[in-house]
Amino acid sequence: MTARIFASALFAGLLAGLIAVLLQWALMEKLILEGEEYETGAKSHFAGVLVLNEDGETAEQAAESGVAAEEEEESLATRYALAFFAAFVTWVGWALLMVAGFALAEKYGQRITMKDAILWGVAGFGAIHVMTGIGLAPELPGTPAAELELRQLWWMTTAATAIIAFALMAYGRKLLYIVIGLALLIAPHLIGAPRLDGYAGVAPPELSGEYVARSYAVAFIAWVLLGLFAGYFWTRKKIT
Amino acid sequence: MTAITRTGSRSEADFGLLPIFAAAVAGLILIYFSGFAQASQYHDSAHDTRHTLAFPCH
Repeated sequence: MTARIFASALFAGLLAGLIAVLLQWALMEKLILEGEEYETGAKSHFAGVLVLNEDGETAEQAAESGVAAEEEEESLATRYALAFFAAFVTWVGWALLMVAGFALAEKYGQRITMKDAILWGVAGFGAIHVMTGIGLAPELPGTPAAELELRQLWWMTTAATAIIAFALMAYGRKLLYIVIGLALLIAPHLIGAPRLDGYAGVAPPELSGEYVARSYAVAFIAWVLLGLFAGYFWTRKKIT
Repeated sequence: MTAITRTGSRSEADFGLLPIFAAAVAGLILIYFSGFAQASQYHDSAHDTRHTLAFPCH
């Protein structure tokens, strides 16, 4: 059983992580780097003034920046490689939690089918991204926000209560459990996420908006696929 | 009825909570390092992934 849990989670996490990091490279990195340009002041954004994305370099400047560009390329390669590693760690982590959930459900007589597993993936996205996102939106680098420890605490509490709430509502099936589930879903939002009193973002709102939309898209695709892969490996008979 | 449907998977369902607990703890540790640990080597390595996946980051 131990082998079945860990093997399913490892395979599913690696596959979902691979797709997540490909999506991150294709959709997110450019926006992250651009956000950092605003963060560091390399680019600045003023209301209503169009900031062109192409920088018109003269030949002289281009020659000067040649060495810098080479260094930059190297650090960029490192960044991409680290993203690859971090994605695997993250998604194998979520996969282990999901498959531990499958095993727990099975232990109490709830057989997990492929269909269930995909729904678990959707629920994971709902708990980890949607419920936490209500209070703490995905942040483009350089977005000022409240104190980190408080946000992490609120995020963890909200994600954990949402997971418990979804489990109670899906598998409790009694009015009492559904009511407790709803209360758990709402409570963190009544307390409220830590936030700043004002806005001090330096990046254009279009960039932030695009970033947030893509962050949700990447997360949704990866979570649904994680459910699918975890379900596939978990329900396969041969793995034990 | 339930007893009958369960017999097929009895050997599979017949296991303790320990492996489940171990997997969950392992998962939480991985998520902690990729999403939350603030030591700069973890933060810097996982920076872009944290942003992409909307973990609270710096």
